[in-house]
Amino acid sequence: MIRMRTRLLVLHVLVLALLVVLVGRLYQVQVVHGQEFVTRATETRTRTVIVPAVRGQILDSSGRPLVRNRTALVVSVDRARLSRTPDGGAMVLTKLSQVLGRPTQELQRKITPCGPRVPKPCWTGSPYQPVPLDEKVDTREALQILERQEEFPGVTAEIHSVRQYPGGRAGAQMLGYLQPVTEEELEKREGLKAAFSGVDLAGRDGLEYVYDDALRGKAGLRRVQVDRMGKALGVEEQVTPVPGDHLVTSIDSRIQAVTEKALDKAMKSAPSADGGAAVVLDARSGRVAALASQPNYDPEIWGGGISARGYQWLMSEKSGKPLVSRAINGQFAPGSTFKVSSVTAMLRAGYPLSGSYNCSGSVNVGGRAFNNFRGQSLGMMNLHTALVKSCDSIFYRAAYEQYLKDGGRYPKKNPKEVFANTARAFGFGRPTGVDLPGESAGRIPDRAWKKSLWNQTSAVNCERSRKGYPEVKDRARAEFLKRLALENCTEGFLLRPGDSANFSIGQGDVLVTPMQLARAYMALVGDGKLRSPRIGWAQVRPDGKVVRTIPVPVVGKLPLSEKERLYIRSALSQVTKDGTAAGAFAGFPMDKVRIGGKTGTAEVWGKQDTSWFASFAPAGNPQYVVVVMVSQGGFGAQTAAPAAREIYEGIYGIKRPEAVPGGRITTRLPAFRPDGTVVPR
Amino acid sequence: MTARTVAVQRPSLLRRLVQENSPIRRLDGLMLVAVAGLCVIGTLLVWSCTRTWAPGSTGLVKKHLLNEAIGVVLCAMVATVDHRAMRAYAPLVFVVSLVGLALVITPLGATINGSHSWILLGGGFAVQPSEFAKVGLLLVIAMLLAQPAEGADRPRGLDVILAILAAVLTMGLVMLQPDLGTAMVLAVITAAGLVLGGVRKRVIVGLVVAAALGIFSVFYFQLLEPYQVARFTAFVDPSVDPRGVGYNATQSLIAIGSGQLLGKGLLGGGQTTGRFVPEQHTDFIFTVAGEEFGFLGSAAVVVLLGVVLVRGLRIARRCEDRFGTLVAGTIVCWFAFQTFVNVGMTIGIMPITGLPLPFVSYGGTATFANLMAVGLLQAIKVRGQSFL
Repeated sequence: MIRMRTRLLVLHVLVLALLVVLVGRLYQVQVVHGQEFVTRATETRTRTVIVPAVRGQILDSSGRPLVRNRTALVVSVDRARLSRTPDGGAMVLTKLSQVLGRPTQELQRKITPCGPRVPKPCWTGSPYQPVPLDEKVDTREALQILERQEEFPGVTAEIHSVRQYPGGRAGAQMLGYLQPVTEEELEKREGLKAAFSGVDLAGRDGLEYVYDDALRGKAGLRRVQVDRMGKALGVEEQVTPVPGDHLVTSIDSRIQAVTEKALDKAMKSAPSADGGAAVVLDARSGRVAALASQPNYDPEIWGGGISARGYQWLMSEKSGKPLVSRAINGQFAPGSTFKVSSVTAMLRAGYPLSGSYNCSGSVNVGGRAFNNFRGQSLGMMNLHTALVKSCDSIFYRAAYEQYLKDGGRYPKKNPKEVFANTARAFGFGRPTGVDLPGESAGRIPDRAWKKSLWNQTSAVNCERSRKGYPEVKDRARAEFLKRLALENCTEGFLLRPGDSANFSIGQGDVLVTPMQLARAYMALVGDGKLRSPRIGWAQVRPDGKVVRTIPVPVVGKLPLSEKERLYIRSALSQVTKDGTAAGAFAGFPMDKVRIGGKTGTAEVWGKQDTSWFASFAPAGNPQYVVVVMVSQGGFGAQTAAPAAREIYEGIYGIKRPEAVPGGRITTRLPAFRPDGTVVPR
Repeated sequence: MTARTVAVQRPSLLRRLVQENSPIRRLDGLMLVAVAGLCVIGTLLVWSCTRTWAPGSTGLVKKHLLNEAIGVVLCAMVATVDHRAMRAYAPLVFVVSLVGLALVITPLGATINGSHSWILLGGGFAVQPSEFAKVGLLLVIAMLLAQPAEGADRPRGLDVILAILAAVLTMGLVMLQPDLGTAMVLAVITAAGLVLGGVRKRVIVGLVVAAALGIFSVFYFQLLEPYQVARFTAFVDPSVDPRGVGYNATQSLIAIGSGQLLGKGLLGGGQTTGRFVPEQHTDFIFTVAGEEFGFLGSAAVVVLLGVVLVRGLRIARRCEDRFGTLVAGTIVCWFAFQTFVNVGMTIGIMPITGLPLPFVSYGGTATFANLMAVGLLQAIKVRGQSFL
């Protein structure tokens, strides 16, 4: 018994020691490290679901929606859940393809995350977020999925809001489109950064891109408590989303519709036309009233994740790359519309405004004859007539004289380059700063540009000058190309006399965008100030409060006095009466509203001419500036001018109901009721 | 008034039960209170973690309460038996428990929750003979080792050998199921019996060496099931496979740790509600206590178990016959081992082993066996010491 008692005592001590160990360890786990485990528990126990904010609408100047939201049933797939099924989700996708009536392969591709070797369509969002597969699901299909969840693990059907475009194709490039936000983009955003989901959309182009911050709103968050199987048990935390602000634009959807129609007609009237643009500006405010580009596309194609065929079509040569806005990215030689810059350059170079100039049939420029249009000689005339009749030789001569003054081929130090610098003052050669992304700068081919071009191309040219063009079949042509290569190799860095002459009439290497030309004309016929045109007018909260009005910045001033401006304007006002556009405007009631403008026909080597018409109305007190460009459209008077005429007819209600009352542009922001709806005018 | 007069003349049953030195007075009340407390807490925890199985249900609470009621009756029955008489029945109890274990291996046995250790009784009831085997083995070892050699303070060699044979036989049958946890408890019971029974130190050392060799050969010849090896690996380094074998260990730590000082309140545990810890009503019931009652609550559970153990030791020490002392001491070792291993595995200081927490875990046979053991302790307390 004594031994037993002793050993019991040892046991007693042992038991107490074990109890102390247990309690000590419990203290360590629960009290000392408790907080860490609370965090880990929250991680395992909850799933954070992002509740996207309703994106603001894009409205026209009267509050009509250009882009609005419609609610849609969206079928989404949770890849993580899918991959946990025995066959990696193949079964589920097969069944889903039967319900949705889409090929399994397409669904598979849509849920595959984008990578270096994964072609579109692929999933650009987070791999952990449900991938929206189909946004055009009807209730019957959604119910089939929701009622048989056990057959469709990881597949959900939810109500989402999807962008809708009441104007159809109108202004598609300007409005832009949405795509799931990428992780990098999200990094740059403020606020809910941890909440990268991929269900969030980001504006990818156009106004959706530029005003993304305002339109987006703030996503909400739902922290849902889940069990081990991922079944939702309840909501633990909820942050309601803040809807995005509306963007009121200065676009008038009625003028936009008229413009789209006119451009479409112009494109169809020119058999080989491969692109076109029309810009309508409010000459008094500097805002954009309509902006059209052809070819265009239906932006609804982006909804629900773009299909492979849809994306390939958008990117193909066959569709004419409708994503590219010809209004801001189409760079073409401006032709005679450019003469407003050249006449200004002449004035700045000292040629008198009231002088008389010889519109001869041809001008000898550096030993080469530069002919007037069809070699016609029109005799002595003033600058007014030179613009109305679009005489070339007067500008050739002036440009060549200024070229020689700068030192000709081998310029003196700091040449004045008055024609190039005036063009710059008109805003050419740099983006206008319109509130659209990716605008092109155009090109002013001055001496510096020649040099930089030569630096890039001389190696090729010099090689070609030795080896020639054996692949060119036509021997004469090959010989010509070889000589050209030699010339470019040896003196390609020099501005040749012909370059300067071509430049003065908007031919050769000079490139402008329709938007650049429109804002140059707006400054010319308006107050002489160069502005960055604006499409966005005001940012309005969903409850109707105006958050901010978007100003139109003044970025420069034309080098013209008021007298000179009015002189040029009145000359342009004659063009539609007895100038180059007289035919196009024959029968137009000029007594009702007088149109001023300038045609342009720019030669493009190997292609049809670029057809231009830059115009304004009413000529006496301009309200609108309309620029129409049709690539490969032929003469300016033939294609672009009639389109501009049709736009004016639409605006002023000639031979048809007027698009805007009295042809007057909306100058007042639309009024909103507290519920966010627009008060009709 | 009449009734009172009668009572004075002839003490009523009640009076006899409560009078000085009555059996009731001689019960270990503190231990009973602790056991009752553990049972109540166990019921709450079982409710908390099984009510989520089906919406609006109370889970296994009713069945658990029934088990506990039966257990209390068994406990009372055992407590009324003189433990010295029980010594005579010990071989019988042992043989019956062996037969039970053997039946499990026959077609009568059933597999529940991956463990082939059940005999179905019908009506949704099933027994786990291995739980009773603990009591049976414990009694027979105590019986054998409680009869010391002539004039010596230690058991006879033959009895020691018989005890070890009984243990090996029982453990062998349990390992055929296989149930490593119970086998380990049986080993602890045997070791406790040998050590407390007064076996020579060198014999103990020899047995320890033999056991070590045995364990080594088990690993060496890969006699363990892969999942059992995996549990040990995961215990040594839980990060090896956090989604697989390490999952249990990680999730139970998260559940307990997130309870912090005061816990999330009964039914308030998100990890419990989400059923992240497997086997939460049985082997991992302590995680529910940890999460919902916090450090204070879970430490209280440990303290209550400690009270049972310490009071049991007190009974063992005060018992005046070898058999009683040995039985009580062995029971304490059994409970202590199960407590330490069970709680220890939930807080990451012990490998995951399929052992229930005494009095708290859900499980009929275990509840019966535990409460019968309490009954044994009480019987020893009531009759094992002389009162002067």
